[in-house]
Amino acid sequence: MRWMWIDRIIELTPRQRLVAVKNVSMAEEHLHDHFGARGDRGAMPVMPACLIIEGMAQSAGILVGHAGGFAEKVILAKVSRAELHEDAVPGQTLRYTATVQNLDAAGAATAGVVELMDSGGPGGARVIGAIDLMFSHVDKNMAGTEFPEHNFVFSETFKTLLRTSGVEMPEGM
Amino acid sequence: MTRDDIFSKIRTVLVDALAVDDDDVTMESVLTTDLGAESIDFLDIVFKLEQEFGIKIDQGELFPDNVAQDPRYVQNGLVTAEGLATLRARMPHVNLDEFEKDPQITKIGTLFTVDTLVSFVEAKLRAK
Repeated sequence: MRWMWIDRIIELTPRQRLVAVKNVSMAEEHLHDHFGARGDRGAMPVMPACLIIEGMAQSAGILVGHAGGFAEKVILAKVSRAELHEDAVPGQTLRYTATVQNLDAAGAATAGVVELMDSGGPGGARVIGAIDLMFSHVDKNMAGTEFPEHNFVFSETFKTLLRTSGVEMPEGM
Repeated sequence: MTRDDIFSKIRTVLVDALAVDDDDVTMESVLTTDLGAESIDFLDIVFKLEQEFGIKIDQGELFPDNVAQDPRYVQNGLVTAEGLATLRARMPHVNLDEFEKDPQITKIGTLFTVDTLVSFVEAKLRAK
């Protein structure tokens, strides 16, 4: 399973809202280098912020793709805003809530809230950031540039995630 | 709403969409060359204008759509007379007088100034 930065979709209201979670695990190899030990301190494994943005992009991208029956190639086109105020460390869970702000034939704008849940902490989820994104329906925006006919965005991996999360698949997928 | 009111709201939209300073946005600012707008920013601007002014903007209504790819409208990199007539009809908010003298398709982005947006929104609000 490659390049999946969410583990499960826990809520999907079509065309409106999607909530997904990502468990941060010490078994993820990149955490050992992010950040590795150096002379003045030991290792400091934290979830890279860029991959938190990717997690939100996958959450919001699935929401946008689902709205069009996964027929459109939904590409992340712009990170309008990304603010993160706290690190996520192994053993914690990130929760991404993506909301559609605008959606039309050319693309979509989404607003996102990032929360952190800590099973070892006081419980509940606390907001640690916001990530707003823009998506392009790439076939309709690249000045006639032709792309492969098959939908290379929503691959088998995405389908597996949708299936294991219990999301109903559009016909033909 | 006066043109000044519209301008003030559009300035907020552009500061937000293009990460520019308030002072950078004047009526004469060109969206691409002065404010750094790229293709996806145009969609962002459309979305934000819809939200800010409570209007609906169809694809191709504010910014041209499918003109550059149509051989009737563009030949050898220049917009044809038919292309110019189509642009004029589809986008009355754009002033084509200067562009017409040297209608290179690559320069079409420079037609869109803040003033263009103000005129467009003004017409949309009037038609509401």
